[in-house]
Amino acid sequence: MYTPHTQADIRAMLDAIGVGSLDELLAVPDAVALKAELDIVPALPEYQIARRFEHFAAKNAGVDFVSFLGAGAYRHYAPPAIATLAMRGEFLTAYTPYQAEVSQGYLQAIYEWQSYICLLTGMDMANASVYDGATALAEGTIMAINANGRKKVLVSRAVDPNYRAVLKTYCDGLDIAIDEIAIAADGTTDLAALKAAVASKEYAAVALQTPNFFGNIDTLDADALAAVRESSTVPIAVVSEAISLAALATPASWGAEIVVGEAQSFGVALAYGGPYVGFIAATKEHMRRIPGRLVGKSVDNDGRTAYVLTLQAREQHIRRERATSNICTNQAHCALIATIYLALMGKTGLRDVAALNLARSRELATSVSAIAGVDLKFTAPFFNEIVVDVHQNADDVLAKLRERKILGGVALGRFYPELSTCILMNATELTSTGDIEALATALSEVVHVHANV
Amino acid sequence: MAQPADLLYSKEHEWVKIEGETALVGITDYAQNSLGDIVYVELPRVGKQIDQFGNVGVVESVKAVSDLFTPIGGEVVEINGALENDPAAVNRDPYGAGWLFKVKLTNAGETGNLLSAADYEKIATE
Amino acid sequence: MSTQTSNDRPNAAPPLIFELGQEGRANRYVEEGRPLDQFLPTSLLRDELPLPDNSELEVVRHFTKLSQRTFGIDLGFYPLGSCTMKYNPRVNDAMASKREFAQLHPYTPDEHAQGALQVMYELERSLSSLFGMAAFSLNPSAGAHAELAALLIAKKYFKDRGESHRDKVIVPDTAHGTNPASAAMCGFKVISLPSDERGRVSVEEIKKVVGPDTAVCMMTNPNTLGLFEDHIHEIAAAVHEVGGLMYYDGANANAIMGNVRPGDMGFDLMHLNLHKTFTIPHGGGGAGHGPVGVAAHLVDYLPTPYVRATPAKADATASNGRPLAPSDAMTYELDFDRPKSIGPMRSFWSNFAHAVRALAYIYANGADGLKKVSQLAVLNANYVRVKVADFLETPYPEICRHEFVASAQDLKKATGVKALDIAKALLDHGMMAPTMYFPLIVPECLMIEPTETESKETLDHFVEVLREIVETARKEPETIMAAPVKTVVGRVDETRAARQPDLKWEPASA
Repeated sequence: MYTPHTQADIRAMLDAIGVGSLDELLAVPDAVALKAELDIVPALPEYQIARRFEHFAAKNAGVDFVSFLGAGAYRHYAPPAIATLAMRGEFLTAYTPYQAEVSQGYLQAIYEWQSYICLLTGMDMANASVYDGATALAEGTIMAINANGRKKVLVSRAVDPNYRAVLKTYCDGLDIAIDEIAIAADGTTDLAALKAAVASKEYAAVALQTPNFFGNIDTLDADALAAVRESSTVPIAVVSEAISLAALATPASWGAEIVVGEAQSFGVALAYGGPYVGFIAATKEHMRRIPGRLVGKSVDNDGRTAYVLTLQAREQHIRRERATSNICTNQAHCALIATIYLALMGKTGLRDVAALNLARSRELATSVSAIAGVDLKFTAPFFNEIVVDVHQNADDVLAKLRERKILGGVALGRFYPELSTCILMNATELTSTGDIEALATALSEVVHVHANV
Repeated sequence: MAQPADLLYSKEHEWVKIEGETALVGITDYAQNSLGDIVYVELPRVGKQIDQFGNVGVVESVKAVSDLFTPIGGEVVEINGALENDPAAVNRDPYGAGWLFKVKLTNAGETGNLLSAADYEKIATE
Repeated sequence: MSTQTSNDRPNAAPPLIFELGQEGRANRYVEEGRPLDQFLPTSLLRDELPLPDNSELEVVRHFTKLSQRTFGIDLGFYPLGSCTMKYNPRVNDAMASKREFAQLHPYTPDEHAQGALQVMYELERSLSSLFGMAAFSLNPSAGAHAELAALLIAKKYFKDRGESHRDKVIVPDTAHGTNPASAAMCGFKVISLPSDERGRVSVEEIKKVVGPDTAVCMMTNPNTLGLFEDHIHEIAAAVHEVGGLMYYDGANANAIMGNVRPGDMGFDLMHLNLHKTFTIPHGGGGAGHGPVGVAAHLVDYLPTPYVRATPAKADATASNGRPLAPSDAMTYELDFDRPKSIGPMRSFWSNFAHAVRALAYIYANGADGLKKVSQLAVLNANYVRVKVADFLETPYPEICRHEFVASAQDLKKATGVKALDIAKALLDHGMMAPTMYFPLIVPECLMIEPTETESKETLDHFVEVLREIVETARKEPETIMAAPVKTVVGRVDETRAARQPDLKWEPASA
């Protein structure tokens, strides 16, 4: 499919080349020739492809449930104008903008993305994107390791467990050890433990997530920042719910030198986990160590404003084994989507979204904590997620909610054995009062029923 | 540009100017010319002990990157901080304003491993 | 040739989005929110949010203008070597944007996401069969990411066998830059292997460098010169002989589908760039999708999660009475409990929307169609090669696979016109330039990959344009050196961009 060749074309082209057949053109030594029968479905006409995927789609019933799932992937409103613009063929079918003269539009969009990320995080510079939030943490940590040459890193246990797992995958390759900081009773990082740990001056970096995996606002305080600076440890901020950047104090304001995160919340579809878009931003001291593409503003040979990929000597295609990272492909199209989202929402719209997330999550917290046998686990100020303790196996409770077509949240026992009775629940601007009432009703039945068994 | 006769050279296209117990280091005109427009120079930290012919940094042009090998061993006592804002000085004036770093010599005998201007000229014009 | 001058350029760069708009010109996508300090103490809130407010129309015009200043496959021929810029079928996008896929949360329990899991499973099984691997993981996000996963697998495999002393990775000098960069990220030392006069890795050379410290040999086949490594099974035998692993860089997989399989060539590990071979749109440099595949002895090391299938009830039938494919009678789950795994490579399970696109493409072709795809990709490349050989040096004048290299070295010596100048001149003709200056072993290299979706007429037109450029270069080289003149900007000052990096917009007051 999708090949335009007529039989006459093929014949004429084979003649021009001087070979007799297509098989002759692709001849390989017998030792490696294909002998097996391939186990691939026969070709389908296009309308049958559509039917096949309708069949798959119908088996994803979860999409129609009332959902309180968050935990690193968030449901937010995405105006249809995003898709109209981003799906334009010029954007969709372009390659990395190596030829600047015919890529000015995309380069400008990426320059705008870098600018947005800097404005939101308070950092001096941002790259053109990386795969996602977890890989951004891994790559940002490697920046810190390259900055001070230390072979250990420190990570809060309140950082998304998936991010920590990916960091471990990367660090195993580089023989870097990871130590974790405990969580305090209020659901934030234990800063006393953090201060004690960095005093050893062994750590290249210390990473905190805010809002953290439990939804709580979790930053360094002045004392902790002083200890981190004293020890020459690079403070890294992790942001997995990017909407929070519209409301909360910037990572720069509490001392982060590198900010890594996930921008899926900016209009990128949930899509069962990807593609999403990671970002890395940093103070200018780290400019030469940032991985991935960077777009810079320059001029052309007649002095016109022109954009171009820059500082390429950091990258793998030039530095090869000495590169700052092996990254080649980034997430340009998702970054474009996020840029269009930010342009459409603007300051006013983004503030409104943040405020609605704060409001609905508080409504959720009030509603579920009023149920007998259900409590909020933590007391720290939160953004749009809460940890709810149901005082019984959380998986069982969630299974019963699913019978009522409710996805009640993420059971935390799989990540934190000590929280096996806890559920992480998220509310966004798309969560209605009706949704919250449905959950509260179901939860009171489920928890109540269980208590009587 | 002719190679200044009062300098010593390495095969890796760096020059050394011996000034008593210290030495000034840079890259040659041939080197800057082959690299093209230099955009960034990564220099060793002041205080660092470096070994003769060891890799001590990187010189970046727009689309190439080249390792920087020190032609002489010792302790780095000064780096050319002006290059941070003006890396083009290495292109404009490789033997003057474009110098890279200054070393306090460990072993003055190491100069015996270096080339004279005339011998280096042969390599650079090959 | 055109007599147009650079003064005729169509229009200047649109203002940045930050220079448009007025505060308060908001679009009402959501309700108005209450002041933030009603929810959190001001000490936790940011002072200001210096973003522009724009009307939707203003935003639509802005990004539409930017799109018009961007060249994609939809606008013209895109012979970018090693990138496989083939047509991106629209049905794939339509399938991926179905609500049941696009709005499915990654933490949806398996029982309510069976359709998504089935897509992943069918794609994984199809790729395994097509490339002769025991299994693939769809976890990695792109080719370089999968390369890293593969080398992490090798590292862990050797560690488990008590062979952590194996620290050398062999990489031919024609390899993609990601190969050595990925090796370095796993702490391996890179040994660069010179190509022989045939542009290939020689069995003698490989035997010289392999030994008890060999971990992995990374090969691209066909290699980046477009040539099939015809001694691949002997190379693989030499590496296996010393206990090393063979890694297949799948960047050039568009040349081999249904014809020859990495598994049959002796490779133990491989990656695919689904955004090259399987028509996922490149989107300006991503998102891609890079599954990593392994032979049977390495399956346990694949990144998590892995999609596992178990037979459900045997008599399952579809509601309309049509017979079901075997995969419809299975139950699927995400398997995270894999103790030997290197762990996850990314936040969530896969670039799922792209898995949908790739599977749709496999459905559209079937095994025979995929074989035809590779055949016609190779046909197109060889057709262009023999025509281009009339007027440009082709350093390896033999049957190539999906791409070939030409060199402008003779032209440069005669006229001063470089590969870069030719590339820029092509842009004036509404075509993308080939990959330039890669692989590194060919001076003034132009690496041309037409792909199978281009017609003979398009190829003929490209060849004529290229011929005209080369002829003009011989007569009036300054014309070509001044190119491009029809694009919205001329050649960009990259030195200034790198010496005085301007990487973001700043508010005027700052």
